Amino acid sequence: MVTVLTDARHARRIAERVPDPELPMLTLADLGVLRDVEVTGDGTVVASLTPTYSGCPAMAEMRAGVAARLRDAGYARVEIRTVLDPPWTSDWITPEGRRKLAEHGIAPPGAAPRRAAGPVPLVLSPTRRTVACPRCGSADTEETSRFAATSCKALWRCRACREPFEYVKEI
Amino acid sequence: MNDDHVYMTLAEGHEDDSRWAYGTGFEDPLHGVDTAVPEGVDTGRLAADCVALADDALVSAQRLAEWTTRAPELEEEVALANIGLDLLGQARLLYARAGQVDGSGRGEDAYAYFRDAGDFRNVRLAELPGGDFAFSIVRLLVLSSWRLAHFEELSSHPDPVLAAIAAKGVKELTYHRQYAAEWAVRLGDGTQESHRRMRKALEQVAPYFGELFTAHDVRDEVVAVLRQVTEAGGLPMPVYRPLPGAGRAGEHTEHLAPLLAELQSVARAHPEATW
Repeated sequence: MVTVLTDARHARRIAERVPDPELPMLTLADLGVLRDVEVTGDGTVVASLTPTYSGCPAMAEMRAGVAARLRDAGYARVEIRTVLDPPWTSDWITPEGRRKLAEHGIAPPGAAPRRAAGPVPLVLSPTRRTVACPRCGSADTEETSRFAATSCKALWRCRACREPFEYVKEI
Repeated sequence: MNDDHVYMTLAEGHEDDSRWAYGTGFEDPLHGVDTAVPEGVDTGRLAADCVALADDALVSAQRLAEWTTRAPELEEEVALANIGLDLLGQARLLYARAGQVDGSGRGEDAYAYFRDAGDFRNVRLAELPGGDFAFSIVRLLVLSSWRLAHFEELSSHPDPVLAAIAAKGVKELTYHRQYAAEWAVRLGDGTQESHRRMRKALEQVAPYFGELFTAHDVRDEVVAVLRQVTEAGGLPMPVYRPLPGAGRAGEHTEHLAPLLAELQSVARAHPEATW
């Protein structure tokens, strides 16, 4: 039993270090998409991943990455599971992940919106959101597009230092 | 700040030759998900619902992708492509679920590439040609408002896989509806020309509006959203005049077959190909 537990911890440490294909400064653990790593009775490592967005083209890459690293580490039997429930939220990006994003010029997300049960309200009045520029720290920034090069990001620009930057949006 | 090293790590440990480029190597999007269907769930109905919702998403994604290289601004092109990508992801999950429960064991490609127009169950609104930007915005507003409200309901569906796909979709669709609603207000309340085009687009969409709704569902919620948006944009609510025919029964406009011909051409020319 002790061996199995230690083994699971070791396997988890390996899986945790796999970089995200689209934000490779983050590991899958930083991004919060690695949901679980366990070792079954017959020695199979079962790693569970959750997609950030339904259309995330990186899912296959993530699966392959985790499986390859675990096999390289000597685990002969590896199984990757997809977990859809509960859906990924940007709140699962770890403090370490947020720090790395900012360090690489990408503004980390604020708290994901929480809403009561029932219809999702549509808000048409402009919402004031403060996103600090990851380059100069100014709060004088504006959104240029809610969509960007990958599903999880929006495009912003800083009025103080005039630099555009990406922003991981809340979901 | 040097990012090169982080991208280099991606090249490590990839002996899998089937992935010929980034993002390829498609496999079952429900890989490793518990596929059991709870007792009491009508699998025929579940599969049909999944296919209809997947067809709406696939056909919409194709129309949205047509804006690539020709949207008014680069930001809008990126936005429309992103929305299409979310919908394509939803379609893949829903086709995969349909194949698991309808007993056929078909994969996503069989549904997307090897069915003909008469087998598709999408609403006709999704297949209408793109038209101008105003039309695409109004269509997106209607379809995303309906899909968001419907997915909200489906997130408590007795089938846990469909419920999970829907719950995830709700978050994405909230962004889609927001995008369409903001543009609808901006164009409605913009220049005379943009206002005129929005009115025309609302009239073009109106005949296809009723097809989205069944007897007991989310019509009131969707109408309330459209009222909110049209009021904010100074636009009239369109008058609904139903057209005969029903996309949900496989009765489509003449526009679906050419769309599918383009979408399916590579897969049909190379039926054994892997992606």
